[in-house]
Amino acid sequence: MKILVTVKRVTDPDVKVKVKSDGTGVVTDGIDYKVNPFDEIAVEEALRIKEKAGGEVVVASIGPAEATKEIRSALAMGAERGILVTTDQPLDPGVVARVLAKLVEEEKPDLILMGKQAVDGDNNQTGQMLAELLGVGQACFASKVELADDGGKATVTREVDGGFDVVEVDLPAVITADLRLNEPRYASLPGIMKAKKKPIKEVTLDSLGVDTNRKVVWHTFSEPPVRQAGIMVPDVPTLVAKLRDEAKVI
Amino acid sequence: MGNALIIAEYKDGKLKKGSRAAFAFAREYTQKNGGAFHVLVIGHNVTDVAEQCRRFGAEKVWQADAEGLGPYLAESWAQVVAQVAGDSQAELVGATATALAKDLLPRVAAKLDAGMASDIMGIDDNGYFLRPVWAGNAVVAAEITSPVKVVTVRGTEFEPAPEGEPGGELAPVTVNVDLGALKKRFVRFEEVKSERPELTEAAIIISGGRGTKGEEGFKLVEQLADLLGAAVGATRAAVDAGWVPNDLQVGQTGKVVAPDLYVAVGISGAIQHLAGMKGSKTIVAINKDEEAPIFSVADYGLVADLFKAVPEMVEEIKKAKA
Ligand SMILES: Cc1cc2nc3c(=O)[nH]c(=O)nc-3n(C[C@H](O)[C@H](O)[C@H](O)COP(=O)(O)OP(=O)(O)OC[C@H]3O[C@@H](n4cnc5c(N)ncnc54)[C@H](O)[C@@H]3O)c2cc1C
Repeated sequence: MKILVTVKRVTDPDVKVKVKSDGTGVVTDGIDYKVNPFDEIAVEEALRIKEKAGGEVVVASIGPAEATKEIRSALAMGAERGILVTTDQPLDPGVVARVLAKLVEEEKPDLILMGKQAVDGDNNQTGQMLAELLGVGQACFASKVELADDGGKATVTREVDGGFDVVEVDLPAVITADLRLNEPRYASLPGIMKAKKKPIKEVTLDSLGVDTNRKVVWHTFSEPPVRQAGIMVPDVPTLVAKLRDEAKVI
Repeated sequence: MGNALIIAEYKDGKLKKGSRAAFAFAREYTQKNGGAFHVLVIGHNVTDVAEQCRRFGAEKVWQADAEGLGPYLAESWAQVVAQVAGDSQAELVGATATALAKDLLPRVAAKLDAGMASDIMGIDDNGYFLRPVWAGNAVVAAEITSPVKVVTVRGTEFEPAPEGEPGGELAPVTVNVDLGALKKRFVRFEEVKSERPELTEAAIIISGGRGTKGEEGFKLVEQLADLLGAAVGATRAAVDAGWVPNDLQVGQTGKVVAPDLYVAVGISGAIQHLAGMKGSKTIVAINKDEEAPIFSVADYGLVADLFKAVPEMVEEIKKAKA
């Protein structure tokens, strides 16, 4: 089983970003970059499948040259090799999906695993778009993935409104990971050492010959509405009185 | 001037109230940009739902009704949406941002070669879509440059379209989807039943976090909720621990809510959680750690042990109600 799994380099998910004063973006100075947490879950799932069924896990990322660090993190967890499509230009989910479709065409994986969304753009679009471009099935927001013994299909439990949706999808397919699919492992020290020698192929975005025109262009950034400062109440009776008489919500 | 096509969602034969947010957005959009507002209902035996959809000011309600279209699969529905987007001359295709819409609409966008904006909060004067990014810590004005634009609409940002007399024309869709070629099959739906109001529709939400320390502790949250007829919400920590079902998770990657009253019990206030509830009208935080970030968004903060404070609150409210 050959699995292609995607990792995006994102700002540290636990840091609250601020909008630049001129509205051209968010301030990233001094913020660490990490693997998008949902992608880490996707990598973990790919490794578990490989460990059971055999095969190879290939990690792909699209972004600046620095994203080799995020690919190395996935290699340190146990993936075999990486592909970095380098670009400094802004992308949209459609462009990313087209680039990934190109990589799929070259690599011919049996399965594509991705995070359900990246915690910077919060789009939650790329996996679904890729599945459509490839003409394959999608199983998004996965909380459980079971592969058939012959590797021909997967049964996937999806987290949806009001419960769980279970679907059976033919492979190749695109599966996107939700939070509760697994708990990603930490890279071991030997894993980190080995990752340094694993191959990462770098190609430029322009060399791939895909349409890189965005259909979504980001303009001005603004601060979300700020809340008025509230008050601390000393005890429960005061709280209940405030809710009843001041806020009038109970 | 193109039209706006909204995909309606329903459950047990009833239009979901959440869909009315997208209806309201489409009405606003077409009033501003011209064109008409259309609704699309997809499924099997959905005439009732289509009838209900006629009450919200749409010029046309498209009904794609075929045995193979229920239950939902992105692969079949995306084909139907793309077909009707053409038939209805839509320049905007959208739905309220539910799990179904998030699954379906990016696939539709790829099919239509369209750009998509997720979770939009409104439109600015340039016609750009305003949407939250970085867990709602910034709002970006996103321009969609393709002729057809696809959006999901944040339910908390639009007053549900008011219900009126049945209007719009009912238009059956001749479905030509090859269901044999879908590469995916529906197996089953495991419903998590609850007698409580839905999170996204409730006026009051009582949410619990890791501080409740377990299913037993979480029951205090539920007691308070039931006393107030409220919905129950939770943090990722409480859901991961298995104390509550997954679809009660409020946050960046769960549900976005904006009730009149949101009570956060034993919740620290991580940015991913705040992203889902900081639009609430009144926020109460009960936490024993006075440094907890949740207090920064609370209108009323109480530093207390929840195991004492919540039962006391239940008693006080009972007294106040008596
Ligand atoms: C990719 C990603 C996506 C995420 N998405 C979400 C999301 O959508 N929603 C979400 O909620 N989280 C999300 N998270 C998780 C988030 O980062 C936090 O870990 C989580 O919200 C913390 O939950 P909590 O507040 O219940 O737990 P904690 O942070 O552990 O806080 C528990 C709080 O309870 C208080 N407490 C303990 N005992 C008592 C007591 N006896 N009385 C009163 N107070 C007490 C403590 O002081 C503390 O403040 C996400 C994380 C990642 C990485």
